[in-house]
Amino acid sequence: MIVSFKLNGEETTARVTGPLSLLDMLRDEVGLPGSKSACEQGECGSCSIVLDGELVCSCLVLAGDVEGSEVTTVEGVAGADVLHPVQEAMHEAGAVQCGFCTPGFVVAAVDLFESNPSPTTSEIKEALAGNICRCTGYGAIIRAFEQLAGRGT
Amino acid sequence: MTTKTTTRITPAKGGVGESPLRPDGVPKLKGTFEYAQDLHADQMLWGATTRSPHPHARIVSIDVGPALAIGGVHAVLTADDVPGRATFGLEHPDQPVLASDEVRYWGEPVAIVAAEDEPTARLAAAAVRVEYEVLEPNVDGDEAERRDDTFRRMRIRRGDQEVQGEVVVDGYYEVGMQDQAPLGTEAGLAIPDGNGGVDLYATSQFVHVDQEQVVASLGLRPDQVRAHPTGIGGAFGAREDVNLHIHLCLLALYTGKPVKMVYQRSESFTGHVHRHPARMWYRHHANRDGTLIRVEARVVIDGGAYASTTAAVLANACYFSVGPYRCDSVSVDGVGVRTNNPPCGAMRGFGAVQVCFAHEAQMDKLATELGIHPLELRRMNALTTGDHMPTTGQLIETPLPTREVIDSLEAMPIMDDGPPDDVTQLPGGTGLTTEPGDVKRGVGYALGLKNLGFSEGFDDFAQARVRLTEEGAIVETAAIEVGQGLVSVLAQIARSGLGLSRAVVKHVDTSRIESAGSTSASRQTQVSGGATLEAATKLRQRILDAHGGDDLNDSGVWRGGELVVGIEELAEAGWEETVTFRHPPTYAPDEDGQGVVHADFAVAGHRAVVDVDPDLGLVKVHRVDTSQDVGRALNPESIRGQIEGGIMQGVGLAIMEELVIEGGVIKNPNFTDYLLPTILDAPDVEALLIEEDGSWGPFGAKGVGEPPTISSTAAVAAAIRDATGRPVTRVPVRPQDIAIG
Repeated sequence: MIVSFKLNGEETTARVTGPLSLLDMLRDEVGLPGSKSACEQGECGSCSIVLDGELVCSCLVLAGDVEGSEVTTVEGVAGADVLHPVQEAMHEAGAVQCGFCTPGFVVAAVDLFESNPSPTTSEIKEALAGNICRCTGYGAIIRAFEQLAGRGT
Repeated sequence: MTTKTTTRITPAKGGVGESPLRPDGVPKLKGTFEYAQDLHADQMLWGATTRSPHPHARIVSIDVGPALAIGGVHAVLTADDVPGRATFGLEHPDQPVLASDEVRYWGEPVAIVAAEDEPTARLAAAAVRVEYEVLEPNVDGDEAERRDDTFRRMRIRRGDQEVQGEVVVDGYYEVGMQDQAPLGTEAGLAIPDGNGGVDLYATSQFVHVDQEQVVASLGLRPDQVRAHPTGIGGAFGAREDVNLHIHLCLLALYTGKPVKMVYQRSESFTGHVHRHPARMWYRHHANRDGTLIRVEARVVIDGGAYASTTAAVLANACYFSVGPYRCDSVSVDGVGVRTNNPPCGAMRGFGAVQVCFAHEAQMDKLATELGIHPLELRRMNALTTGDHMPTTGQLIETPLPTREVIDSLEAMPIMDDGPPDDVTQLPGGTGLTTEPGDVKRGVGYALGLKNLGFSEGFDDFAQARVRLTEEGAIVETAAIEVGQGLVSVLAQIARSGLGLSRAVVKHVDTSRIESAGSTSASRQTQVSGGATLEAATKLRQRILDAHGGDDLNDSGVWRGGELVVGIEELAEAGWEETVTFRHPPTYAPDEDGQGVVHADFAVAGHRAVVDVDPDLGLVKVHRVDTSQDVGRALNPESIRGQIEGGIMQGVGLAIMEELVIEGGVIKNPNFTDYLLPTILDAPDVEALLIEEDGSWGPFGAKGVGEPPTISSTAAVAAAIRDATGRPVTRVPVRPQDIAIG
């Protein structure tokens, strides 16, 4: 089947065969490899995207179900040559190591800051509890978003 | 004590001591950084692997017919199709590329397929019909030892073996099997070159050793196989051993097409080696004044079905079995057994983690017995420069600031004023199961010691090339960036060596540079960094000599305050310098385990603060503060990243991360059941870096990757003991160990 949906603000169509996940469709059919596959079961958040305003794991969404929906991926949070403030904050805080979890954290944090521009540290942790990072121990990620929320040291 | 002169830092923006923004930060943040999982080639096929469902079985027959009959399948290969050496292995090639007569662990590869898309490849892999005669798996390490089914035995005897202390404490300790769980699973792409050779782009920590193993098993000339460094999502030791590398090249050359393979998470848990589970017995002897008199230890680690690095991990466990303490009478016996459990090998800390949990528990036990504060006991016995290693007797010549680590850790205020008001920060977390009034707080300390670089006479070297181009200086290397920041620190070293502010790291394949060795053993900053610094300083001197200059900076060569050659002209001249750096030589130990076995050492200390729900056996790790010997901090922010990340993995091993093995089968090969720390589990961390000149690393730098993981686990265990009074002789600590004891 062919699905039509709005991807990062642009009308897009993609071929879907079988029980394809939205993640696999984005990566393999649409050619947007920024969303990462790490656990295939919604535990790690590496594939986080925003679907019709909701932050979801794209590995748990069937590609065929996004007909008519709006999808935002890491590629869509900022223009080609600019960084979103969330990305800038992570860059400056040293919150990127291997980077495999990074797109998921970016999408989840953009979602957080859009609804709550000055989250407390507890709110930051709660919002990002679905994203696993194996490299940083989360310290730099927390500092990045505390800084962005205006409460950093 | 140390006399070595540290190389002068030539001023340059973005040089050593700064924390410049990561050069790969923007593409990683924007999702455009290319990982092995993201690679693509025209006409590409997908590979998949048929794996054994049994931990031990004889292969009666393999029928590839049903798989080949599936439309879109291009190849189904078995052991018979391996043209060269049938086996591989990092130290001993004992592991079949594809199993032929017998399978020895659950998930062992038996056949590989290539098909037009991934689902078809997986379908075909499942369709390969393998008839097994199931055998009883050997999963009991004691039984394996009795049969002498071992990879290595270690025996260390140092000093008077008859001496006894006035106070003696014994203990038996156990460490479960931890997984590296890098977020990126194993992945790669092999592209045939049309002339019988192949280019391999795959997840790796050590491309030259992958290349050698591919060459051997494919029966090719070395120049026919090129292994290319590629983007990887973490490593932590899991990527030292070959897994899909030979398979990909076999399929690519057989089909004549590029072949890509990506392991699923469950497959990744069987596709790489794990941290060795260990059982340890210890006896510490001390005098009443606290002087450590004698340490006896027995260390048993389970290597699983194949050798991997078990022999080296066992040796390391034995060498570091006493910790950073002086002791003149030591007896250690170690054994690495062979079973049908999952193969184990390198993971961050490499044997030192397991014994640290045990020797630190013993030091605390001794402190209690003697009535001495745990830190005071450690300070009294602190191993330092000019002392001899308690195990090998090696004279420690590089700086080892154990006392400074202890003193600074003790002086750090505990930035925490008791259990939090926010109930979600209690041990039960958002489950809200913990009664605030029942919470017990505990504080624990631990110290860890680790070698830096390869040991026991291994020829440990790294090559780097520094070139001057229009883009600035380029550092060419095959050293792998696993996320730790190699691409930053090598560029910083080049800038400070050359006196130029523009430098970038460029990865090149195995045909274009010699080995940089593995990104492991905390070694790349010292070894590849050493090569980079030497190349940069030699190049600077050659340029100055050629032009009679007295300074080189971003404008060009200067003489007496006058610019004599512009930087563009220098770039056009094609200046370059290639250096192979070797660290001080090490030697195999004698039959008593004695000798100059290690090139350098690092020490770190951790203090953990935990809250425990004693009824439910739940733990919340609040803080882990640390002091770490870093030699010279070349990039403080990257070091902090290593420290915080390493502590998190140490906390994981202390309270949650364990592969559950039953009868040789992994029962939790997924992220739902193998618990990884989340941001809600992250402790606050205060880190002090202890700097001292005298190590042989560039500008005196030491490796920093592993020490954070070594004693953090032991410190958390000590804090749980402090909170509960339970013995806590096993990690990960399970709820029943606390609630029931």
